[in-house]
Parts: sequence; structure tokens; C-alpha cells
Amino acid sequence: MKYRQILDHVVLLFGVFLMMGPLVVAFLTSTYNHVTIHRQGMQFGWGGQFLDTYQTVLTQQGGFSGEITGLLMTQNSIILGIGFAVGKIVVSMTAAYAIVYFRFRAGTFFFWVIFLTLLLPLEVRILPSYEVAQQLGLLNSYTGLILPLIASATGTFFFRQFFKSVPEELLEASRIDGAGPIQFFWDILVPLSRTMMAAIFIIMFVVGWNQYLWPTIMTTEEQYFTLVRGIQSVMQQMIGADIPYYNEALAMAMLAMLPPALVILIFQRMFIKGLVEQEK
Amino acid sequence: MKKAQFSNPWLPYALLAPQMLIIAIFFLWPAAEAIRSSFYLEDPFFGNATFVGLQNYTDAFRASDYQRTAWFTALFVTLVSLLSLAIGLMLAVSADRVLRGQSSYKTLLMWVYAIAPPVAGLIGVMLFDQHIGPLVDFFALFGWEMRLGVNYWDTGIAIIIVSTWKQIPYNFIFFLSGLQSIPNSVKEAARIDCRSERRRFWTITFPLLAPTSFFLLILNITYAMFETFGTIDQMVKDQPGNSPVTLVYKVYRDGFRGNDLGGSAAQSVVLMVLVLILTIVQFRLIERRVHYN
Repeated sequence: MKYRQILDHVVLLFGVFLMMGPLVVAFLTSTYNHVTIHRQGMQFGWGGQFLDTYQTVLTQQGGFSGEITGLLMTQNSIILGIGFAVGKIVVSMTAAYAIVYFRFRAGTFFFWVIFLTLLLPLEVRILPSYEVAQQLGLLNSYTGLILPLIASATGTFFFRQFFKSVPEELLEASRIDGAGPIQFFWDILVPLSRTMMAAIFIIMFVVGWNQYLWPTIMTTEEQYFTLVRGIQSVMQQMIGADIPYYNEALAMAMLAMLPPALVILIFQRMFIKGLVEQEK
Repeated sequence: MKKAQFSNPWLPYALLAPQMLIIAIFFLWPAAEAIRSSFYLEDPFFGNATFVGLQNYTDAFRASDYQRTAWFTALFVTLVSLLSLAIGLMLAVSADRVLRGQSSYKTLLMWVYAIAPPVAGLIGVMLFDQHIGPLVDFFALFGWEMRLGVNYWDTGIAIIIVSTWKQIPYNFIFFLSGLQSIPNSVKEAARIDCRSERRRFWTITFPLLAPTSFFLLILNITYAMFETFGTIDQMVKDQPGNSPVTLVYKVYRDGFRGNDLGGSAAQSVVLMVLVLILTIVQFRLIERRVHYN
């Protein structure tokens, strides 16, 4: 039994080494001077240039042309993350409410239309989606960045499932009390869904923050770049350079990683609940 | 559906309107456009289009490039899904058993979930860099000189490693919560009947986890097909032409870089059919699980 326990710890410690090792090395390397990294490779110690590098990246240039700073990109990422999460919750909650709580002919039809979107991940309709956004004049705008991403089926299915599990007596009781559909939604259903909404918000914030393909083709003006989108420009600049600014590129990667990681760690319980509930 | 429902002539439509509008504009219209232009040969500079029937499809399937990409995608999806499922399960089983430090392990093992695929790709590019990458030094100890971006299979293996690494936490979280939902009474009964821990795992625990595993398998296939785009885009940056990519990446490359609109659209439609099959399988599985419960 004792032996078994030790073995489990060995497996887990090895797992932690595997998962965290690359991140630790990346972080430590980002505290070194780029010339040192170029000469000696990635580093496993503390380089002492932490403040310099991160200050440059945050306030002067986001690792490349200098038109946008890391702070502005962080701001864009936050706008995308929160806009995506809030938009998705609002749109999918109202849609799920209509589907579950109303008797109307077209309900099933609309349900299948929403279902259809599962078949069309952004990646397979990327070129025509770009053309549509272009025709609507949405390139290089926050609306164009957020709107096309929020209407997929996952959120609607999630809330549909949750609403179905809400006891029917609640609706009957509030009807006897004379509540209309809007009042029932606002006074009963929304407060009941609070935990669900928070769980979905956390997941969707991370998903929104981490969007890459759509922001990459949508935004060509640097003022709309998010951190994750900026990674691509960092890379392009690195390839061309004599001695690439490895430290700044890694600092950007760390910045792009930190907020979603913190959100997940702080709200760990809720995050896991939301993630696992989604499968049901 | 619920028995007690509201009926209102316009409210449900108003509630559904935002989602329907977005779906119509950003899903149905582009998808219809993709299907339409897959039958046309479009001139990217003058915008003339000629109807060519199935030519785009046959051209795509015949191209040796497409076949090579399809084979790599199959291998990539299989390896990434199976490896990350296996490692995730192994870690979850250990994490479920330990008495001390479980929450610290959980936190540390989950962290990577938060990383965006392109960020994982950027870190991967550095770790596998010929000049500065420690992993290249490590593999050199075994006499293997990795050349990322130069050698086809070296690049392929690096992409597989990074994509697997990124997906492990996801599987770990699902397996761990699956393991923890197994009732204690079942575990205790099994412990009385069977002393061998290994046999207990394969005859009791694993079958109980099977529904979760199937479901996860589908999610992993979807991940490997679509969400690895950012990782691949970073890792093949200099040489996308001669490096291994997935079918999804090829749709993007042919459409945006190669200006082969019809060919790219035809490949999109093929992928839509693939997603359709995956979705049907997924829903079959969920239905079956509902019946068991």
C-alpha cells in the first residue's frame, strides 16, 4: 500500500514536470538578455532582466513594429474575452428560453437550425466568412471581431439542458401568482441560473481570449490586435531578425497566457463544473 | 419538453431573433457560399467564375499534396487523441488515489488548459529550435538531430508533441471528475471481491469510465482536427509548403495564400461532411448514455 502511494506521487510529479516544465523554462528564459539566449540557448536560471523586458513589451512595443504596446493588446484581449462571453450568454440564454418555455410551431425548426451550426466550425467556412465580414464592412472593428464568434450552438444547448432540469412547479406557481413570461425569466430563471452563468462565463472568457484564426484574418490594423493575434506578428518579426528578440517574444507569450490561467485557477471549482456539465 | 409552457404570438421569435440573425449571416450564408464556389473556377484577380462541376473535388483528391496531407492528418489525429487520452487517464487515476496534495497536483496539471494553441506553438518553436532549444539538445543525446522546419518528420513529431501536451489537461479534468463520481459503495465492494488493484481497474473502473472515454475521444478528434490550427501555424511558419500540415490548415493556405478559391471551398465541403459524421456519432453516444441512466 505504501509502495503504491509513492508510485502515484512519482507519476504525478512526473506529470507536473511534463506540464509545467516548458512554461517554467519559457518564463525563466524571458528574463535573460536576447544575446545571451542566442549564444547559450534557453535558460534554467533567473536572468535578472525581468523588469526591463516586461516593461518594454508592455509600454513601448509589443515585440514588433512599435505601433501597439502590450498594454493595448491586453486591453483588446479583455474586450474580446468579455464581449464574447457576455454576448454568448445573452444570446444563448434567450434562445434557450424561447425553445424550452414556449409552445410555438417553429420551435423545433429553430432548434435544428441552431444544431446545424455544430457542423460548421469557423475553420471550414473561413474564407466565405471573411468575405461576408468584408462586404458588411466589419473588418478591423470590435463588432466584427466578436459577433461572428458568438452564435454557435454550445451555449444554447447548455442552457436548454439546464432549463429543462428546472422543476415545472416553479413555472406553475409563478403563473398562479400572475407572472408573465418576461417576469418569470427575469425574477425566477435568471437568479436560478447564476452559478451556471458564472461557469459558462469563465469557460467562454478563456475561449474568447484564446481566439486566433478569426482575429488573425479579421484585423490588419495593429490597434485591434489582441495578445494571441499579436503572437503571429512576433513570430514573423523573429524570423527576419539577425539576433531575434527571444526574450520579448517569450514575454508576450507569458502575458497572453497569464490572465486566462489566473481566471481558471481562481474559479477552479466553477470552471470544472461548467466544463463537465457541458457534456450532458 | 415541458408540459407547462407559455404561448405568445411574437415573444419567442423576438427572443430567438439575435441568435438566428447571427447564424444566418455568419453561418448559413458563408456555408452556402462555400458550397456554391466549390463548383466554380474563380479568377482571383478579375472575379470571373466559370462553372466546372465536380472538377475542384477531383483535382483536390488527385493532388499528391492533398493525399499526403490527408495521411498526415489521419496519423496526427490518431496519435494526438490516443496519447493525450492515455496520459490524461494515467494522471487522473493517480490523482484520484493520492491522499495528500491532490488539489495542488490538480491545479498544476490544469494550468496548460488556459494556453492558447498558438502560444503553445510559439513555446514549442523555441523548445525545438536548432540553436537554442533544450529539447533538441536532449534528443541529440540519443543521436537524433532534430531540424524543425527543415525535415518533414522532425516537424511533424514536434507538432504532435506540442498538440498532445496542450490537450492533456482537458482529458485529465474529465477523467478525474469521472473517477470521483464513481460511488464509494461500488469501490468498496470491488475491494472486497478482488484484491488485485490492476484487475479491479480493468474490470470495474475502466468499464465505468467507458462512456466518458468515448465522449472524450470525439472531443479529442475535433480538437486535433480544428483547434490545433494555431499551433501548426506557429510551428511551420517559415516553410508551410514543405512541412506537415492538417487538412484544415490546407484549406486556409490554399484559400488565403494560394488564391485557389474553388479548390479551398471544395476542401471545406469535404470537412463539413466529416464534421457531420462526427456529430452524428457523438449524438448517438449521448442518446445511448441517456438510456443507460
